[in-house]
Amino acid sequence: MFESLNTRLDKAFKVFSGNNKITEINVAQSIKEVRRALVSADVNYKIAKEFTEKVKEKALGKENVLQSVKPGDLMVKIVQDELTQLMGGQAAGINIKADPGIVLIAGLQGSGKTTFSGKLANYLQKKKAKKPILVACDVYRPAAVDQLTTISEQIKVPIYKEVGNTNPVEIAQNAIKYAKSNNFDVVIVDTAGRLAIDEKMMNEIASIKEGIQPTETLFVVDSMTGQDAVNTAKAFNERINYDGVVLTKLDGDTRGGAALSVKYTVGKPIKFISTGETMETIDIFYPDRMAQRILGMGDIVSFVERAQEQFDEEEAKRLEKKIKKNKLDFNDFLKQIKQIKRMGDMRSLMNMIPGVGKALKDVDIDDKALEKVEAIIFSMTPYEREHPEAMNMSRKKRIAMGCGRSLDDIHAFIKQFEQMRKMMHMMSKGKMPKGFPGMDGMG
Amino acid sequence: MSFFKKFFSKKKKDDLDKGLEKTKTGIFSKISKAVAGKSTVDEEFLDNLEEILVASDVGVDTTVKIIDRLEQRVKQDKYINTAELNSILKDEINLLLSENNTQGLDDFTIPAFTKPYVILVVGVNGVGKTTTIGKLAHQYREQGLKVVLGAADTFRAAAVDQLGIWAKRADTDFFSKGMYTDPAAVAFETVNYAIENNMDVAIIDTAGRLHNKINLMKELSKIKNSINKKMEGAPHEVLLVLDATTGQNAFEQCEKFSEATDVTALALTKLDGTAKGGVVIGISDQFKIPIKYIGVGEGMDHLQVFNKKAFVDSLFDN
Repeated sequence: MFESLNTRLDKAFKVFSGNNKITEINVAQSIKEVRRALVSADVNYKIAKEFTEKVKEKALGKENVLQSVKPGDLMVKIVQDELTQLMGGQAAGINIKADPGIVLIAGLQGSGKTTFSGKLANYLQKKKAKKPILVACDVYRPAAVDQLTTISEQIKVPIYKEVGNTNPVEIAQNAIKYAKSNNFDVVIVDTAGRLAIDEKMMNEIASIKEGIQPTETLFVVDSMTGQDAVNTAKAFNERINYDGVVLTKLDGDTRGGAALSVKYTVGKPIKFISTGETMETIDIFYPDRMAQRILGMGDIVSFVERAQEQFDEEEAKRLEKKIKKNKLDFNDFLKQIKQIKRMGDMRSLMNMIPGVGKALKDVDIDDKALEKVEAIIFSMTPYEREHPEAMNMSRKKRIAMGCGRSLDDIHAFIKQFEQMRKMMHMMSKGKMPKGFPGMDGMG
Repeated sequence: MSFFKKFFSKKKKDDLDKGLEKTKTGIFSKISKAVAGKSTVDEEFLDNLEEILVASDVGVDTTVKIIDRLEQRVKQDKYINTAELNSILKDEINLLLSENNTQGLDDFTIPAFTKPYVILVVGVNGVGKTTTIGKLAHQYREQGLKVVLGAADTFRAAAVDQLGIWAKRADTDFFSKGMYTDPAAVAFETVNYAIENNMDVAIIDTAGRLHNKINLMKELSKIKNSINKKMEGAPHEVLLVLDATTGQNAFEQCEKFSEATDVTALALTKLDGTAKGGVVIGISDQFKIPIKYIGVGEGMDHLQVFNKKAFVDSLFDN
């Protein structure tokens, strides 16, 4: 649905093709394109406007010394650098040095506070050798306390809760007393979700903060948030003057312009990102990756990481051996397909690779392609799957019948498989690229 | 058919106005400001308009579409004052909101002779699926209908408890097999329960999932299929819940959930915040899926049937 910025910019500069400089005249239209690209990525409109003005000055000041660089590319580079710089800086950790350190978690409904509280506790316990305790202060949402309880059991971090008490300030204060007398060194206070315009609830969170004097206050934002991110970030900051921001649900495919909006508006660092439903999926924030993501330039690092998540060291070693002996069979191939499929759909994978998304903009990617290959392999006997060399015409005919493909399809697939096997065998004698042995042959 | 149709249109309008107040004052005052002292539409005004619409999450593509059409109208009519401009804008937004939304339903009715009426509720994490189900169930109970809620979110911590509490609040039946059970089986058996116990409505809750997680989306298709196995034609409604604070990603959500489950209706939640909810205009235009419900508060009766006219009027009425 979104054109990448490069595509848009190329269009904008095309009008002046032959003119290899960024000038007052041609920069105006391209600045508009940059602005629209940012807004399409959910960067707040006003911020996009201010930001692009800055970019414009930078761009005009720049002599395009390299004749080979297209003005569009140069512009993207400037935008990307500026974005990275804006979102980066002061990558401070959280302050939990006091005894106990107190972390207050706040945000809108459904932003992911409770899940994040669990992740943070888990991270501090496992990675930082801390002794944290979770505090359940969401006394409103049905079963919110149960949710935190379940999480606390999962990660084996104790929880402090008061059944029947509906005063979150009291609960939080009691929790800190409890933590002190029981030698917990970090207290993580989960609170109810609230709207920034809900006076009563905003007073409440301010009172909680006042009542417990946290060493670190974190504001949790859903990375899919649109233009409203600015209002909410500002309103919460005015009331609780938080120390840092947590960006959640980044395992989705949102472009995440909210990250820029929030950072730009309140100037508070983004301290953590949250990228999944399991308790381990918490990470620090990388401004350069975020900049690329916002610009729709692909996120090769995430691509590699997602591949690694699915990557099994043992399995890889086994495969490598088989390849060296030229013994790769259809079963191995099937496993590779499954791994790739687990990573996501083809188009979103392709989009993560810089340049590829753009190149394939109008190409209809057939997500079913892998399924067709699977169907062919599924129609083989166990013997055939283990012995690709045993393939003959009558077997191929039977397979074609079995999976409902034409004989040509079977021919083509087996030929492709053999080529891939041969190529990988040859590569294994030289230097094997780490990672996915099967990817090249997938077509 | 609603035999117990309650008359609370006035109250509803008030709630909607309250919910949309922030939106209304935002857009309206800005447009007034943009036109003030001008007798024609110029470049500056259009730039302002772009800003206003885009700042309401309407999105660049839809905004450009609206502006292009506005420009054409202006070319024809030459002179335009504030009032005319307002009505033209209203027209254009009306046009973009899917024709499907003119079905004239102004209450929570379910079709006659479909018993049980099965609703499958889907969406990404944290949009308010369970809360919407609770409010929806309450509306049906108010009509005297027999309702069962099925707890097919067996994944998120305490999700089953959360739905159970809503079932108690709304006074409905509740079907659950506990946490970490197969959601497709829960869905199947909820429909079975509804049939055997003569329920009018079965609403099935599902775990929030990000739309780019292939396996989770496949699971959702499986849940839908298992419902269909138990009862032909079911689910009769697949309700995608969207969060009004969500930006342009709502488009992707709509696309992917539709692919997996053939979404038939949308619910837009959290409209009582500062979020403008403008993203529905573009979504409605692109996907031709009706917006059926809107959430305008935390109370049990803060769910309303989406009314296109009321929605657009609320944006522009002063």
